[in-house]
Order: sequence, then C-alpha cells, then structure tokens
Amino acid sequence: MTFARRDFLKLAALAPFAGSHAFAAEMQAPARKLLILVELRGGNDGLNTVIPYANPSYAALRPRIGIARDQVVKLTETTGLHPALEKLHARWEARELAIVQGVGYPRPNLSHFRSIEIWDTASSSDEYLDAGWLARAFALSPSPLSFAADGVVVGAGSMGPLAGNNARAIALADPAQFLRNARLARDEGETRNPALAHILRVERDVRASAQKLTADHKFETTFPKGPFGNAAGTAAQLAANASGVSVIRVSLGSFDTHANQQGTHANLLRQLAEGMDALRDALVEAGRWNTTVIATYAEFGRRARENQSGGTDHGTASAHLVLGGGVKGGLYGAAPALDRLDGEGNLPHAVDFRGYYATFLERWWGIDSRAVLGGRFDTLAIL
Amino acid sequence: MLSDAMRLIFALLAFVVAFACQAAAIGYDGARHLLNRTGFGATDAEIARYATLERAQAVDRLLAGARSEASVAPPDFVDAPFEPYYRRRNMTPEERMASQRRLTRESFDLRAWWLREMIETPSPLSERMTLFWHNHFATSQQKVRSVQLMYRQNTLLRRESLGNFATLLHAIGKDPAMLVYLDNAGNRRQAPNENFAREVMELFTLGEGNYTEHDVKEAARAFTGWSLDRETGEFTYRRIWHDDGEKTVLGRSGRLDGDDVIDTLLSRPQTARFVAAKLWREFVSPTPDPAAVSRWADVFREARYEVRPLLRVALMSDAFWAEANRGALVKSPVELVVGTLRTFGIHPVDLRPAVFACAALGQNPFAPPNVKGWPGGDAWIDSATLLGRRQFVDRVFRGSEPEPMPMAMREEAKGGGQAGPGAQLRRMLERGMTDYVFDADRFSRSLGSRGGDRLQDLVLAYPAVNTDDKEAPVGDRVRALVADASFQLK
Repeated sequence: MTFARRDFLKLAALAPFAGSHAFAAEMQAPARKLLILVELRGGNDGLNTVIPYANPSYAALRPRIGIARDQVVKLTETTGLHPALEKLHARWEARELAIVQGVGYPRPNLSHFRSIEIWDTASSSDEYLDAGWLARAFALSPSPLSFAADGVVVGAGSMGPLAGNNARAIALADPAQFLRNARLARDEGETRNPALAHILRVERDVRASAQKLTADHKFETTFPKGPFGNAAGTAAQLAANASGVSVIRVSLGSFDTHANQQGTHANLLRQLAEGMDALRDALVEAGRWNTTVIATYAEFGRRARENQSGGTDHGTASAHLVLGGGVKGGLYGAAPALDRLDGEGNLPHAVDFRGYYATFLERWWGIDSRAVLGGRFDTLAIL
Repeated sequence: MLSDAMRLIFALLAFVVAFACQAAAIGYDGARHLLNRTGFGATDAEIARYATLERAQAVDRLLAGARSEASVAPPDFVDAPFEPYYRRRNMTPEERMASQRRLTRESFDLRAWWLREMIETPSPLSERMTLFWHNHFATSQQKVRSVQLMYRQNTLLRRESLGNFATLLHAIGKDPAMLVYLDNAGNRRQAPNENFAREVMELFTLGEGNYTEHDVKEAARAFTGWSLDRETGEFTYRRIWHDDGEKTVLGRSGRLDGDDVIDTLLSRPQTARFVAAKLWREFVSPTPDPAAVSRWADVFREARYEVRPLLRVALMSDAFWAEANRGALVKSPVELVVGTLRTFGIHPVDLRPAVFACAALGQNPFAPPNVKGWPGGDAWIDSATLLGRRQFVDRVFRGSEPEPMPMAMREEAKGGGQAGPGAQLRRMLERGMTDYVFDADRFSRSLGSRGGDRLQDLVLAYPAVNTDDKEAPVGDRVRALVADASFQLK
C-alpha cells in the first residue's frame, strides 16, 4: 500500500503541471488540520505542573519541593498551574486550554527508553511494534498529495511517532537552511543494502519536501531566546507554509529531575509556557490558530512522593496540556488519586494514552483510530 | 547415509577450506574494511601495510598495538583543582557568568583534545573502544559540569578500553562523574535514589526485562554511601549514609553493598551477552546473530571479562569479514569527521570546528543525549543530519579559497546547544575552518602512479551509487566519491 503510494507520488512528480497550484488543488483531499506535538523529554513531573493544591496529601508527599498554595496559579477550587506556567493562564480564561489529567497505561514500564517506545509506537506495555503511531496513521490515511510532508521533526532526536512505515517525515532545524542545503541531496537509485536504502529514502524525502516548502513568512511575534523558542519559531514557519504538513514535533528537556528539581523544573516550564504562548500568537497571525492543536506528551510522570535529593524518581501517569483555537478548554481525565498509590508509590492512570491519541485521530482528522491503535479507546471531548 | 570415513573427509575438507580462507592475505579491500571498522578512516599507506597480512596476523597486530594511555598531552586545566559544587551556589552573578564561560571554553578544548588523540594515536582501535565505553557508560558534561571529572572518567575508559570489563564496571560505579550524572552521590540510607541502580542493570549489564522493580529498589539501598568528597571531587564512602541492612537482589540475599551487587550482575549470563551484542552492532552489522553472540559471550565470561579475547573472537569471525556485512553500517558523525580528515591527510591546526561539526551532526563527545548513549545505526541519518554531513564534506572538498564556515555550523553556533559558545568563539570558529581543505595534488602524489585503480576501494566501503568516472582526474573523482551516498557507510 505504501509502495503504491510512493509510486503514485513519483508519477505525480513527473506529470507536466505537478508543481502548479491548479494541479495540486485538483489532486488534494480536503486540507488536513495540523497537530503540533511537544515532547517533554525525560518524563515531566505532572504533579508539579498541574497541581492538586487543595489535596492535603499533596503537601504531605512533597514537603520540600511542593509548590506553596499561594504560589499556585489557580484554575479551579482544587487545581492550579505551576507559577512558571503563568503565561498559559490567559488561554485557560479563553477556554482554549484543555488539561488532561492522569494519562498513562496499564502495567507501566519505568524505563525511559522502553516507556517512550511504548508511547511512540502506541503499543501495550508488553507489545513491541516497529512503526510509530503517526506513521501507521498516515499509511492508512495519507496526507494530501500537495503536502510537503506528513510530518516534520524539529531539531535533533529520533523520528519518534513518525518513524518507520515509509512515512513522509523529515527532520530539520531551520526551514531556510533546509532549503539552502536541499541541493546537496541528489543521489538516486535502488539498493539492497538496508543502510544505504535508508539514506536514499531520506534524500528522496528531502527533495520532495524542498520542492514544496517555503520559509519566508514574516511574523510580528517575537519568539523567546533559546532552543525551545527557536523550535517554536520553526513550527510557526512550517504552519504558515502554503503547502501543509500534518504533524510537527518539537521537544523540550530534560525533565529527568532526580535531584534538586525546583529550579530546573521551573526553568523548563517557563520555556514551555513562553514558547507555546509565542507560538499561539504567531498562529493567530498566520490564520492557523483554529486549525492547529498543540499537545504535550512524555514517557511518564514522576513518583508522587519526592525523594530525599529534592527531586522525583520515575513515575507513571501524568497531566498533559492541549491548546488551540478549536479546543474545548477545561479539565479532563481525573484528578491524581494521591490516596490510591500503587505498591511502588505511583499514581494509577485515568486516561489511556491511546485514548488521548485516538482523540486526535478521530476528532481532529477523522481517521479510524481502531485500525491505527489496534483497539477501541475512548476519545476525550476536548475537540 | 554417509560412512564415517566420508564424514571425516568432509570435516577435514571443511577445515582445510576454512583454514585456507583465514590464511590468505586479507588484501587491500579487507585491510580497508578492518581499519575503517576498528578505527577512524585510514590512509592508503596504512591500508597497504595491512593488505599483505593474514586475518589472524592483522587482528593480532591491531590488538597488540592497544594503548591504555593517550598519546597527546591533555590541556593543562585537566589537572586544575576540582571546583566544589557548593561554592558555585554562592557566586555573584558576574562570577557565575565568568565560571560558565570558562566551563564552555574548556569543554570545547577537552573535546578537541580527544579528537586530536583519535587522529594522531598509533592505536585508533583504543580510541574507538574508549568511545564505545563512553557510549555504554554514557555520562554528560551538561550535567556533571566539570571538565576535571569528565577527563578523569575518560582516562578510566581508556585504561580499560581493551582491559577488563569487570574492573571497569566496579570502577565506573565509583567514578565521580558517574556518581554525579546518575545521582548516586546523594544516595543515602534515609533517602535511596534509584537512578544508578536502575541504569546499571538496564543499560550497563543485564538489559531491560532481566530484573524487577524490586531489584532496583534493593540495589539502590546497596549503593547508598557511594559518594563524592565535596572538596576534592574524589570518590568517598560515607559509612553513615550506607544502609547496612539485609537486601535481596536477583535472588542473592545478605547485607549487600555496591560491590556485591556489581558482582551479582557480573555473575549473570545476560551481562556478557548484552555487551557482546552491543559489540556486534558496533563492529559487524545492525542485526546480531544470537548464536554467534552467545558464543562470543561464552568466550568473554571464560576470559573473566577480559576485553581482548572478546574483540579477537569478534574480529576473527566470518561474520565480521562477510561480504554481506561490508558497508552495512552507517558511519557515526565522529567517524565521518575524523575519518575524513585522517583518510585524506588533512591536518587542521584547530580541531574545535571539527568538534562543532560532530555536535551539529548529532554526536557531541562528552555530551551524549542521555544515559542510553547515542542510538546510532540508521538513526544517525535524518534529513537534517544528512544535509549537515553533505555540507561538511562539501566544505572540506570544495577548494582552497578561504571561506567562512558553512551555514549549518554557524546557525548551530548561534542557537542550538545549551552550552552555546559566545560570539567571539563563533567568529573564531568561522575563520578556523580555513585549513580544513583537501589538497588534491598532494593526495594524488601520495597515491602513486597506480593509485587511481584502488581509489574507490580506499574511499568507499560499498560500491558508489553514482557513476565513478575512472578517466577523471583523481581530485575530481575524490570529490564525486565523498559526495556519494555510499561515503556515509563503513
């Protein structure tokens, strides 16, 4: 199936008017909306991100690193945000911020590497899948042909949810630089050597994307300094592109705060909030705010009880943030059950992460999530 | 059914054939394969010196040349006194900024020193193995924030690079940089920290799935008290922090301490298999053969974790030499950058731009992305890093006119890494690449009159994707070959 699609793409590229807008418009399915995923690398401390400040167990579990009640950015009578997320408060007020609490999966694995693999491939805890969940989704339901790519991974790191299955995925740090260098990808050919085949496929994708991408949108919005601010700027540039992409993945980290967590965590959350806020302004400017949804994910949350190094060890379920003009703001999932910790002192999950994914597949894109996720998972009414 | 005599004859025949294969000279192509896979590129002259050797001779010569110390003198600051962490907390903002600038500069210089060692060492294998262990016991300067501690760990990794894995594992548990990186420095009875205990099982020895969460918790208790002297940055054992109670780790019970746990891990057969499989992926192919890995692991355990016998069985194996595995691996950024400089005899005065290139391509030595190290393999290549690789090569082989640094590195210098160098350093780097230049005439002469015949064998581990015009001048052919997709393979 994916082969046939590639052949078709090749044919389309050979057709005489392939580059023209008229041709593209005729060929393409209705434009697909954009999903921007933000990976919180290393496992974010959900309890100090979305804070159950009214629950007395919270302060008891975290005498040293707990956020004082008067510091919390209060959203409801029970729940608030870390003070470093202050910038997101306006989105909450505008009901454009959905907070999904307790996202996890049964029999959680506490290894970074195994758990992010589970998240990236949307597998069960004891199941090993090769392709990323988005790569599987796009194999079933390809992005419109006019799109520059199925997905773009901004910055270094693995292709994550876009890995495998011949997804049209590219990685880049800066679109302008990518376009300048694309001329260096010029090899063509077939080979039986798997490593070489991989290289040639990347080159093909570079050439195909470079034909369609632009990098000249001018924004009034200024982006915060630093790697995450740069990534947000790149995401905005891609979102403003006339020829679309379905997914953009950016990442921030490391959230692996085993010791002296407070300063590190506050700094990361501030970058997250400022980056997302700037991205929102830029998307409004580009007219994409209502057709874009921004969502966080991570391999796990952290242990409910702080450790004695002023940090937190690997945990399980966590809270995630979803923003966008089309988002129905509010609290979803379930508040952390601090009185029902498991034998390891970890939180039970309330929302299966595959239900979180199914929400984007079905409610955002109209893709049948069962075929992608290998089962039926309840979607959330956030979209 | 075959008679016993026939079977004996067949067995003898098979033996003779196998022996004859191994006894024949490895040839130019074989020598290029061996030196590229176990080092960082190789010059035509180096390859020629190995080409006439038999397989065993070549492997034994490589192993005999192993070193336990660097040949290039390290920068002076590695011997400077350790700057205690607590002192940094009491700095004024100006002092902190100055300290941060120095740390950034020195981290760069330390990396440049290691690349220099990779280029100049008489034993590239020793540096490849040092890098292999750095990736195995991944530790990052970004968290350790001390060039002195990172250098000390690098010295340990080199000392045991072809030494003994058991010795290395015990030492790494007490290595100051590792104690900081995986938080064991603060692991105490009242407050066990699981970070090191988990990773030592998952990533250093057994592999995921071969231990339980209970083992992690118990092992964390055993490692309590392994800490750091806050003044000197040396390992120190804090008796009062140590949990001396009964513990059970992987079925072994007693008042276990850290060394007991490490011994328990070493007694498990999974440990040797885990390391052997990793070595396969480093030197042979992306897909280890379980039967062969199991044989290598037996050799490793019988040799009480001596690295040399393991390497010998790996490098002597038919799989290592198999035609199907030639060019089956993607070069790492360090192999690409250092290998290109070595192969073409390019000797820059300043190696910091090379450090920059490696970092921009995804492999910043002393700063692996996390404790699992660099994923490697096909993952080295995505659209961003592939174009970066092409740019580096394009820059080095374009010509000799002085030009600023390529865009990718300039951009990377501007934003990118958390330890992004200042503007002054950036300008210096832009000018610094002017001697990263391929000299076609000198290279042609070094090959001699018949050099063109073996040029593709020298430059590529796998046949060129594009046409190699053998009539073209050597310089033009080299430029075409290094721009070929196959140049990314080893």
